[in-house]
Amino acid sequence: MLLINCPYCGERPELEFVHGGQAHIARPGNPAECSDQQWADYLYRRDNIKGVHAERWRHTHGCGRFFNALRDTTSDLFLATYKVGERPPAQSQQKRATA
Amino acid sequence: MQRFSGLSLIRRGLTGQRGWQPQWRQAEPKAAYDAIIVGGGGHGLGAAFYLAKEHGLTRVAVVEKGWIGGGNTGRNTTIIRSNYLFDESAALYDHSVQLWETLSQVLNYNVMFSQRGVMMLAHTVHDVQVSQRHVHANRANGVDNEWLTPEEARAICPLLQTDDIRYPVLGAAFQRRGGTARHDAVAWGFARAADALGVDIIENCEVLGIRRDSHGAACGIETTRGFIGAPKIGVSAAGHSSVIMKMAGVELPIESYPLQALVSEPVKPIFPCVVMSNTIHAYISQSDKGEMVIGAGTDAYTSYTQRGGLHISRHALEAICELFPMFRRLRMLRNWGGIVDVTPDRSPIIAKTPVPGLYVNCGWGTGGFKATPGAAHLLAWTIAHDAPHPINAPFTIERFRDGNLIDEAAAAAVAH
Repeated sequence: MLLINCPYCGERPELEFVHGGQAHIARPGNPAECSDQQWADYLYRRDNIKGVHAERWRHTHGCGRFFNALRDTTSDLFLATYKVGERPPAQSQQKRATA
Repeated sequence: MQRFSGLSLIRRGLTGQRGWQPQWRQAEPKAAYDAIIVGGGGHGLGAAFYLAKEHGLTRVAVVEKGWIGGGNTGRNTTIIRSNYLFDESAALYDHSVQLWETLSQVLNYNVMFSQRGVMMLAHTVHDVQVSQRHVHANRANGVDNEWLTPEEARAICPLLQTDDIRYPVLGAAFQRRGGTARHDAVAWGFARAADALGVDIIENCEVLGIRRDSHGAACGIETTRGFIGAPKIGVSAAGHSSVIMKMAGVELPIESYPLQALVSEPVKPIFPCVVMSNTIHAYISQSDKGEMVIGAGTDAYTSYTQRGGLHISRHALEAICELFPMFRRLRMLRNWGGIVDVTPDRSPIIAKTPVPGLYVNCGWGTGGFKATPGAAHLLAWTIAHDAPHPINAPFTIERFRDGNLIDEAAAAAVAH
């Protein structure tokens, strides 16, 4: 069970959260102008990173709000969480080691 | 290759089991091959075997980062079935079941394929309707499947609790040709048979890059043991498919999740078939060693950690204890996770890629073991002919662009 730091509520157990997939995927502004490949990429293609991954979480059984997180998918260690609309924080080596 | 027979077993047994030879060579990588398979699981080893046996390509190498069969081939719950809903899937998975039926003889290696039957429970009116639709669709496609009343299900599996539980069992679909096999034996059997045909199996050899020539075609792989050249490269890397394919610039519609399983202490033979429940989400069978083998659902978030959350396996155990109350006192011995490559439609990809000479077999998600011989056979065909076999022709990467999804999400063993 992971401890996840909701930017609004603080640290809570993983059971309160729902994983929302890869973060920072913008829906194309005008889908009618997209090629089939661009639309398929938006719907289906995912980075599936082995390493530090930016992803969405929702604190479903808490404040109910979406936020973003940086998590290392080789260790499940959360490096940072941040609010929707914010840019992902830069990861220094030191922060990675102590997070 | 030293052939196995009843006579050879008796003879070695009487002479202290001396004189057995290693079952495959420890091969050193050569400078070049006709084809390279990346990934030494059952799918990859099988593809090398079929390339050598059916297509005459004997200068073939299988490169494996760890040891063969140490990934998902050794981490699954060994269930084999072909009761999938759509025509394309039924053809694909039944192709595999048909190969399973003769695999021990073909490989001269006992893979312990046991057609003990796979029972999929229905707990709600909706379950009943969906299951019966599956039964009819399967039968129309020539795949055996039958509908059981709760009494008939209990007659086959007496331990099953159908009443006085939160979600009573209203019936079940039963595929008698389904069953289990010994997972390690599948990897070892394919490795031994491929090696006998001249295939080099190169363990502890991690792929670091895929080299492409001036025309963009794949021409070899960079590994921790140096460059290995080949005009044809087949990737069969399960949970790491995205990582490997990115080395050639191919992006996949795949996400990797941990999938957990557990085994109990061994007990006497008590469990005659495989039982799965989609609705309350667990599956169970008994290994020939006597352990109860239990599968959970995928974890909630993508990861490469080969473990997973304790609450996920606890959820599966709660469902098992509800269906089989006598297992409440059973102790669990081991719990592990494998990394499964999940596609948006829960159907696999066995296809050519935008890079000439590069082929991929991936996206098997939570159900790759059952497909081992079929996927291997079709990947080998696709590599040898530079074109898909009619059975795997629909399972392309481009289906996601063109909208031709084969949406088996509803037909899979467990709710996703």
